[in-house]
Amino acid sequence: MSPDVSPPIAFSPQRIAAMVLRYWYLLRSSWPRLLELIYWPAVQMLMWGFLQLYVDQNASFFAKAGGTFIGAVLLWDILFRGQLGFSISFLEEMWARNMGNLMMSPLRPGEFVAALMIMSLVRLAIGMVPVTVLAMIFFGFNLYGLGFALVAFFANLILTSWAVGILVSGIVLRNGMGAESMAWTIMFLLLPLTCVYYPVSILPDWLQVLAWALPPTYVFEGMRALLIEQVFRSDLMLAALGLNAIYMAAATGAFLKLLESARRQGSLLQAGE
Amino acid sequence: MANTEPAIAAENLVKVYKAGMAVDGISFSLPQGSITALLGGNGAGKTTTIAMIMGLVMPTSGRIAVLGADMARDRHRVLHRMNFESPYVDMPMRLTVRQNLKVFGLLYGVPDLSGRMRELAEQLDLVDLLDRPTGKLSAGQKTRVSLAKSLLNRPEVLLLDEPTASLDPDTADWVRGHLETYRKQRGATVLLASHNMMEVERLCERVIMMKRGVIVDDDNPERLLARYGRETLEDVFLDIARGRREASDMREAAQ
Repeated sequence: MSPDVSPPIAFSPQRIAAMVLRYWYLLRSSWPRLLELIYWPAVQMLMWGFLQLYVDQNASFFAKAGGTFIGAVLLWDILFRGQLGFSISFLEEMWARNMGNLMMSPLRPGEFVAALMIMSLVRLAIGMVPVTVLAMIFFGFNLYGLGFALVAFFANLILTSWAVGILVSGIVLRNGMGAESMAWTIMFLLLPLTCVYYPVSILPDWLQVLAWALPPTYVFEGMRALLIEQVFRSDLMLAALGLNAIYMAAATGAFLKLLESARRQGSLLQAGE
Repeated sequence: MANTEPAIAAENLVKVYKAGMAVDGISFSLPQGSITALLGGNGAGKTTTIAMIMGLVMPTSGRIAVLGADMARDRHRVLHRMNFESPYVDMPMRLTVRQNLKVFGLLYGVPDLSGRMRELAEQLDLVDLLDRPTGKLSAGQKTRVSLAKSLLNRPEVLLLDEPTASLDPDTADWVRGHLETYRKQRGATVLLASHNMMEVERLCERVIMMKRGVIVDDDNPERLLARYGRETLEDVFLDIARGRREASDMREAAQ
């Protein structure tokens, strides 16, 4: 008796497409899900944008540094929403109690992660593109005017967001939905440490060491250098890329270990609380 | 030359969780094309055994092979040749039946997916349900959808966990008939966990009885009935679950 299906291949674009299709069906079936993607980034951008306008009018330094707050909030949203987009697509499987079906299918962990990465980009695009347009309309801040620097900022931020998303997904697989809150909160730990709204030099010396161990710190410093001094710091971007490579490798390794541990502990069977 | 490799082979399979022993050194071998029931009360170790067969749970020791592949280490070699159905594992509720079947069909690499979906929809009476959200279906309709998903890739090894739970007697009978036909036409190996003894008697040529993680009996239904002096498998099941066989053995030994 011969199998009546395609032989298994190690990394199948078709299986990745199947998962992306599954999340796309889900996303388009629910307008609150779509609205939620735009709502918070828009609210946050408007609040920080108006604060920046107020500060610009009352402080000469900030008048020169126009756009740093709005730039920071938009780049922070890439980092935060990138991870959230990854983690929510993963959590959808846990909420739907569909993980058993997926883990019994030929879908491989690498394909699953690749589909989650693609969905994080899709969700980010749905949320961020309208918000960047709003930033242009309300505050005259054109994020796309950053040109190549934006590509470097985006690449580094999205890599960090995926590394965190992969690690959190592994922890939820291993420990069940009791660890779900990590998906919503873990990134806020990076908010003060990566110096989103202020320079690293503000931190005490010992904390600066920790801040420079985090790739987004280099991006936010690079953004300030670009907007305040009009200098693109490629050295910062390369350092961030190097750190991201280490974090991605560590997160992938941890995910595979946690998945193996989940198979040993039988937690894939429960996939609940 | 006929392929004599067993479809499923378990050797001294042990699974210990933190809470205790779930499966305690079981061994069995299922020939290709056979249909076997795995029976036992709650906590007997059936679910853990099936999960180890699917590679969802790794054995503490021992080995489980499906179509020659070690499921603890090499399961991706054969997962596309297997499938599973259980009313206790949901499919995404917000997706329509058609969307779910398409996603799983792509995951399993089913050739001519549209044709296969059409064929299954007709066979399982799902044509009118294809564009309805899966979560809005009745329990019986969901079971049929889940069954369609499990047959999408025409699996050589099919694992079924109470496939007719929550179905009305007419639909349940119809599903059993469909499974029998599928197995005969495809030559598939079927392992069925069920609490419906009538279903087991009708479908299965072999019954493996488990209790507290071990296999306490393994034979065809006729010989089991004769050995326990019972008329139905339900009575045999109750004898085993309540330890009557052990009591009777002890009495015989004492005499």
